[in-house]
Amino acid sequence: MAAEVGGDTGAAKKGKKKSKARRPKKRPRIDMTPMVDLGFLLLTFFVLTTTMSTPNTMPVVVPPKIQKEEEVEPPKIPEGKVITLLVGNKKVYYYTGIENPELHVTDFSKNGIRKVLLERRVEVEQRYGKDEMIVIIKMLEEAKYKDFVDILDEMSIIQQKKYALVDITPEEKSLVEEYKKSVQS
Amino acid sequence: MAKFKAKKHNIAIDMTPMVDLAFLLITFFMLTVKFRAPEAVEVDLPSSIADTPLPAQDILVISVSRDGRIFFGVDSKHVRLSILEKVKERYGYEFSPEEVRLFSLLPEIGVPFEQLKSYLSYGEAERKIIDKTASIPVDSANNQLKQWILFARYSNPKIRIAIRADEEAPYPVIARIIETLKEQKVHRFNLITTLEAQPKS
Repeated sequence: MAAEVGGDTGAAKKGKKKSKARRPKKRPRIDMTPMVDLGFLLLTFFVLTTTMSTPNTMPVVVPPKIQKEEEVEPPKIPEGKVITLLVGNKKVYYYTGIENPELHVTDFSKNGIRKVLLERRVEVEQRYGKDEMIVIIKMLEEAKYKDFVDILDEMSIIQQKKYALVDITPEEKSLVEEYKKSVQS
Repeated sequence: MAKFKAKKHNIAIDMTPMVDLAFLLITFFMLTVKFRAPEAVEVDLPSSIADTPLPAQDILVISVSRDGRIFFGVDSKHVRLSILEKVKERYGYEFSPEEVRLFSLLPEIGVPFEQLKSYLSYGEAERKIIDKTASIPVDSANNQLKQWILFARYSNPKIRIAIRADEEAPYPVIARIIETLKEQKVHRFNLITTLEAQPKS
């Protein structure tokens, strides 16, 4: 619009100011707004889709299988260092020590298993020193994959280095069953 | 105050640089974006605080559906073709060029070897129906997942193994997979998860 005002008529009126006849500059103005709208729409779309689709991974290391021939003596661990977790569906049964296990139950909430592990760690630290606690994880058959990820996650949250994934024994299974029954009655 | 003709300031912001930048970004994102291939199984990933990104290449993904069905997938077309070659050798199946081409495009496969040929001869709609019930057998008598992993590692020794399981998948299935991996001396693998905020201590 500015270009039109500065055209021939303007030059005639204000002849003194602008003696030189200016060529009418007709600049075709394209309304870019819809294009910009669309552009930003696409931009947001691509920004959102790219950041959303980046899955993360959690590394897992499992102990190698012991061959039957080589008969390896299981390493002797002082009872006081160990805590065994039996992970069920959204529940964690745990006991300390190795003999005469006394089962307790907790869950994955903030004051659940994390608190138990941290308390146990303090106990072990007082007796044996730092980083001496050993966590043994055994998964019950009722457990879901989420419970597995949650318990491994818990290990990395409390920065527990010494933990092992061990197959569950029939004794422990029956122990959990008994515990469940005793709670129900 | 004779003439009070406010000069009409035409507030026209020059949008050109902004538009330039916007389109630059669009082109960048369009070129870098990698759309996820349509997966055979829908998986609700569990969340964890692990923040290591999944490597983009040389990856073997074992998917487990909500009801515990197992699927197998590798990322590269090249490796897929080489795996199919191994299946041919080992089991003596013949595949038509059309079936080979289709196999090289499938991101995930979940049928036993015996059904592979007929699976590849079906159309997309039929394959989708089969995918709803199919699973790779992992029984100790007929552990086909082991074979798949063996073929994949043979085709690409650098391949890394990741488990992409649904959060509701039953643990015994996962235990079977870990057992299968252990049998092949794979003691280090990844679990694919989504990110969750680290709790404040």
